[in-house]
Amino acid sequence: MSPELAVLDWFFEPLQFAFMQRSLAVAIMVGIICSVVGSYLMVQRLALLGDAISHSVLPGLAIAFWLGVNIFVGAFIAGVISTVIIAWIHTRSPIKEDAAMGIVFSAFFALGITLITTIQKDNKIDLNHFLFGNILGVTAGDVRDTAIIAVLVLVAVALLYKELLFYSFDPLGAQASGLPVGLLNAGLMVLIALTVVASMKVVGVILVLSLLIAPGATAYLLVPRLHQVMLLGAAIGVFSSISGMYLSYYVNLPSGPAIVMVVSALFSLSFLLSPRYGVLVGPRRDRPWQKLRTLLLSKGSRP
Amino acid sequence: MAPTPCITVDHLTVNYRDVQALRNIRLTVQPGKVVGIFGPNGAGKSTLIKAMLGLMPVVTGRVSYGEGTLARQLDRVAYVPQRSQIDWTFPATVWDVVMMGRVKKTGWFNRFSAVSRRLATEALERVGMLEFRDRPIGALSGGQQQRVFLARALAQQAEIFFFDEPFVGVDQKTEAVLFKIFQELAAAGSIVMVVNHDLGESITHFDQLILLNKELIAAGPRDRVLTRDNMTRAYGGHVGFFGHVA
Repeated sequence: MSPELAVLDWFFEPLQFAFMQRSLAVAIMVGIICSVVGSYLMVQRLALLGDAISHSVLPGLAIAFWLGVNIFVGAFIAGVISTVIIAWIHTRSPIKEDAAMGIVFSAFFALGITLITTIQKDNKIDLNHFLFGNILGVTAGDVRDTAIIAVLVLVAVALLYKELLFYSFDPLGAQASGLPVGLLNAGLMVLIALTVVASMKVVGVILVLSLLIAPGATAYLLVPRLHQVMLLGAAIGVFSSISGMYLSYYVNLPSGPAIVMVVSALFSLSFLLSPRYGVLVGPRRDRPWQKLRTLLLSKGSRP
Repeated sequence: MAPTPCITVDHLTVNYRDVQALRNIRLTVQPGKVVGIFGPNGAGKSTLIKAMLGLMPVVTGRVSYGEGTLARQLDRVAYVPQRSQIDWTFPATVWDVVMMGRVKKTGWFNRFSAVSRRLATEALERVGMLEFRDRPIGALSGGQQQRVFLARALAQQAEIFFFDEPFVGVDQKTEAVLFKIFQELAAAGSIVMVVNHDLGESITHFDQLILLNKELIAAGPRDRVLTRDNMTRAYGGHVGFFGHVA
């Protein structure tokens, strides 16, 4: 076989399997919406909120499973409730927002683990699948649900783009111009909760933060405008999802961690080599050897 | 166009957390003047504008503009927050920021019109920042950033302009541009209110002053406000400035 054919064969072989088609489809959609929605978290310095929401979905998921309802719906409701409680604590008491997040998400997470452990004695439900993802167990129904969420999220971001840009850059200015910032913030929380829920099967609730933050952060070091960060971030997210899945298939790695390792490696490259901010190549003056050089030169010129 | 009405602040009291930040403020702000809000640190200067705009809850009081409440007519207001409240590493260009001034007028789900783009371009031209329109905001100096915010306010085509500490960390050129445009806006019949704490020479650029220290010390024409007695009440007698006192 010629090398080109070998590459093609390498690429197409996993696609013969229906489960790989489904899981790749879901991974690609999740790669896109995580990067787009996560960009808002990054620019608003709310990365921890992504973590909080993702850990908080567990009890809702367990209760929904127990009631026989769609677990996406239960997880989504729990995620939204957790953000409401976080906001409630930090507006009604002197507790700061990050402390409120820490308290609420660990409480929800503990409750979720307790509920799932209890349920899994009698049911076919595996805690590990929610913690670390179970992309190979993606069903046709999951593909449909993920597609619905992805369309909802992307349409909402496209329609509200200019308002959300203003709000996330300058909340006070946006409010003073008459925009309903409370609603915009609530909308953003809903988008994040939806995205986290869609990502559960792919990477699980513990690693979803990486997919939310790392693609946008990688792109942020490369391009200057928010919509560019989102588009390039989505491309990075998709690339990471696909290559993570192939790594998982060929090297027999768990797929969630494989995806996260790819996106983390891409971030490292961008951090080191970005033309604008790269530690190794960027035009900054505070790189160690330039400091040293300045220091030596100033010493040398001393009379 | 009908002339701009006055803003009337009636018995405004504001708490910040559990501490009283402003007590029983009563004043009237007229259009056509550049009004400076002065007072020591913690006097409640920024709080006054935020409370007037409904950006923070008030305990009692009412702020009216024309027939209605000012906070319900925010589409007539352009507000420029303190530069330090903004994350200037945000991924946006000068153009993106100025266009934010057109978001409310453009309306939900609509794209920016050619008129909005023209207004943004003219505003950038007016503050001398048009050539920087494609620059990331993080690559600008403090003064340039402030001028971009001024352009955003101009693009809003407001009747009422609020500026919170616009002179902090800006160069002389920007200061000149700011004062020139404040005067132009006032001359065009707008209401212009500027929070400031610098009691230096620049105070002569303000037509009217509001002197605050948790409560209203004095308000009115510059000479009438800058009396020794008022300054002592506002600054507690520790201020060495009396150069412009009448």
